[in-house]
Amino acid sequence: MNQTERLDRTFAALTDPSRRAILARLEREEQGATVSDLARPLPIKMPAVMKHLDVLDDAGLITRSKDGRVVTVRLAAKPMREALEWLRRYERFWSAGLDRLTALAEAKETELRRSGK
Amino acid sequence: MTSLTLIRRIKARPEIVFDLVTTAKGIAQWWGPDAGPVLLSESDPCVGGRYRLRFRRLAGDEFETSGEFLEVTPPQRVRMSFQWEGDREATLIEMTLRAIPEGTELTFTQSRFSDEATARGHEKGWSGSLDKLEKLFA
Repeated sequence: MNQTERLDRTFAALTDPSRRAILARLEREEQGATVSDLARPLPIKMPAVMKHLDVLDDAGLITRSKDGRVVTVRLAAKPMREALEWLRRYERFWSAGLDRLTALAEAKETELRRSGK
Repeated sequence: MTSLTLIRRIKARPEIVFDLVTTAKGIAQWWGPDAGPVLLSESDPCVGGRYRLRFRRLAGDEFETSGEFLEVTPPQRVRMSFQWEGDREATLIEMTLRAIPEGTELTFTQSRFSDEATARGHEKGWSGSLDKLEKLFA
């Protein structure tokens, strides 16, 4: 998978509120959390939780490990770092540009007002 | 859904801002990564019209961005595709201008095309999720 494909998967995985809730929870649980721990606060049934975990796993956002009947889920941070990096790169680029745009427009407005328009 | 949104309140009427975000002369004055010169600026601001800008950065290297206008509604809204030269991925830029008492509120959004369909169904979800992303890795 190239970077664009990875980003697509990451962002697609993040569109769902339950999946974001799972990630936010895992971020607090350094040792990981069991599937039933994750499912408890969510307003959805276990099969739906499992489906969400599959999506997160495919996007590389989580890892799952099995010990007997207990599956522990942990956060894998790298794909999200990449997603954030994409956003930050463009934010730096446009933020400076929009500041210049603002200054230019305001100078033009002042100029027009002086000439009585 | 994968979108970057920046908002500026500008003390100038929307017509002035719209001109700066659509005309070749206008965009050449503010696009670009730094204070390096703009080498070329072309723009045909109508639906289906294209624009192209070439910059030289202060570091000396040159690069080009180009795209197509998808919507041009003066002085309220412009949507255009945006692509770096040599980049396979095109993105979507949307600028919405709203008249406010002190002038114009400009909302700038850049999003990824591949996500656009998803974005329509999940706008609400995404705005909150960016905050969460930032918090996760703050």
